[in-house]
Amino acid sequence: MRTHLRQFFTIALVAATCFLNTPSKADEPTQHEAEKVTESINEKEHKIEHNLEESEKKFNIGEMIMHHIADSHEWEFTHGVVIPLPVILYSADRGIEVFSSANFHNEHHEYNGYHLVHGDSEQIVPVDESRKIYDFSITKNVASMLLSAVILILVFTSIAGFYKNNKGKAPKGFQSAMEVIILFIRDDVVKPNVGPKYEKYLPYLLTLFFFILINNILGLLPGSANLTGNIAVTMTLAVLTFIVVHLNANGHYYKHLVKPTGVPAPLLLIMIPVEIVGVFMKPFSLMVRLFANMTAGHIILLSLFGLIFIFQSIVIAPVISLFALFLNFIEIMVAFIQAFIFTLLSSMYIGSAIEEHSHADHGH
Amino acid sequence: MSLLTPNPGLIFWMLVVFLLVVFILAKFAWKPIIKGLKDRENEIQGALDLAERTRAEMVQLKSDNEKLIAEANAVRDQILREAKDAADRTIAESKDKAAVEAQKMIDSARDAIRNEQALAVSKIRKEVAVLSLEIAEKVLHRELKDKEAQEQLIAELASSARLN
Repeated sequence: MRTHLRQFFTIALVAATCFLNTPSKADEPTQHEAEKVTESINEKEHKIEHNLEESEKKFNIGEMIMHHIADSHEWEFTHGVVIPLPVILYSADRGIEVFSSANFHNEHHEYNGYHLVHGDSEQIVPVDESRKIYDFSITKNVASMLLSAVILILVFTSIAGFYKNNKGKAPKGFQSAMEVIILFIRDDVVKPNVGPKYEKYLPYLLTLFFFILINNILGLLPGSANLTGNIAVTMTLAVLTFIVVHLNANGHYYKHLVKPTGVPAPLLLIMIPVEIVGVFMKPFSLMVRLFANMTAGHIILLSLFGLIFIFQSIVIAPVISLFALFLNFIEIMVAFIQAFIFTLLSSMYIGSAIEEHSHADHGH
Repeated sequence: MSLLTPNPGLIFWMLVVFLLVVFILAKFAWKPIIKGLKDRENEIQGALDLAERTRAEMVQLKSDNEKLIAEANAVRDQILREAKDAADRTIAESKDKAAVEAQKMIDSARDAIRNEQALAVSKIRKEVAVLSLEIAEKVLHRELKDKEAQEQLIAELASSARLN
């Protein structure tokens, strides 16, 4: 705000001096010189206006937020600290192409016949529009996902080592910290919801929980990717749950879809579509819930930080920082809750699909 | 809107990475972890069961012990009673026997005394007879010498004979 004012005053000052100078110079005039002066004034004004516009542009909060939420072909920690990531493209005519995204750092963001478009999110499009390409790049999200996968594997194989080496001993240290969560997932989430055959699904559900949890938490770190707030990721997870549910569902589940018990025949016309929509609604809700929760959390946090840059006031900044700190704690909580809910609902869907109905149906 | 359009490349990587993570963790992490947890639970349950069983056994043992003690006491009492009875009986029997024996001894002593007495009496009679014969002989001897002395002697003899 202050810099804007300063710029405004400088324009005013420059304009005023020019204006005051002109009449004195007009006494020994050559028309030519006067023209030159006005021209230079115009030029300066233009320049200043341009600067103003640019500084306005420099902070566009919407753009900033979208930039942070969306995927990118490079991992930007802050301005200037950027890790270029590999771009992997497949096209029918050129086959697989791999190159660094740093190649796009030129004036036109162009390399090798590809154009990196910065919109809401980045996209690589071929310059020749008739070509069709598939982008399998290791984007920021993919890199973050790989990182989380490595962390997960290292952490849990090392914990498994504890169990193998310290057999018959009390758990200690990190092992007992993780054991609490593992036991919680097993005893309070999976066992009661999936039923007696829970052990078959335990590895999937545990991985699901810890994968979502670690990516939720990694996403809260500054400069990190918003992986679980990406709809492609949540969609994949939801579809995997959908597949697990429907591969293991028993005959009763499928029969129930087309012939709900206790429903009068005329109502079947309505009930069957409702049941079938319900089947797809479940993974859809899983997908949207995780995506929306994580993205919303990031948007709120980024908006708060954005406020600091909008106000540029030393008074408001600490207040907003405190607020952001508070929200950060809430986001940590949300990270756990969303991982828990996704796992819980997945267990419930699996449980309801494999449930044995030895006696009369209780409905839903 | 780009926020809501899933990127196929990311879906591909997500599928690959997530399935790999599921596979690797299931094989190398969850399996040993779940097995370890289950083993430990079984161990704890086993220990608890054992403690419960041991306690039941202890109670059983205690009642058994009490029963045994009671039985032993009963047996002891019985043995004592029997021993006392036996002792009493023996004492009574011995007493009877002793009495009989004593009686017998007394009787035999009496018999012996009587026999001795009879023997002694017969001996005395014999002595007396011998003495009488001696006296008679002496008297007869004296008669030959003096009449007066004879009479005195007879008186003496008679007085001394009274002693027997």
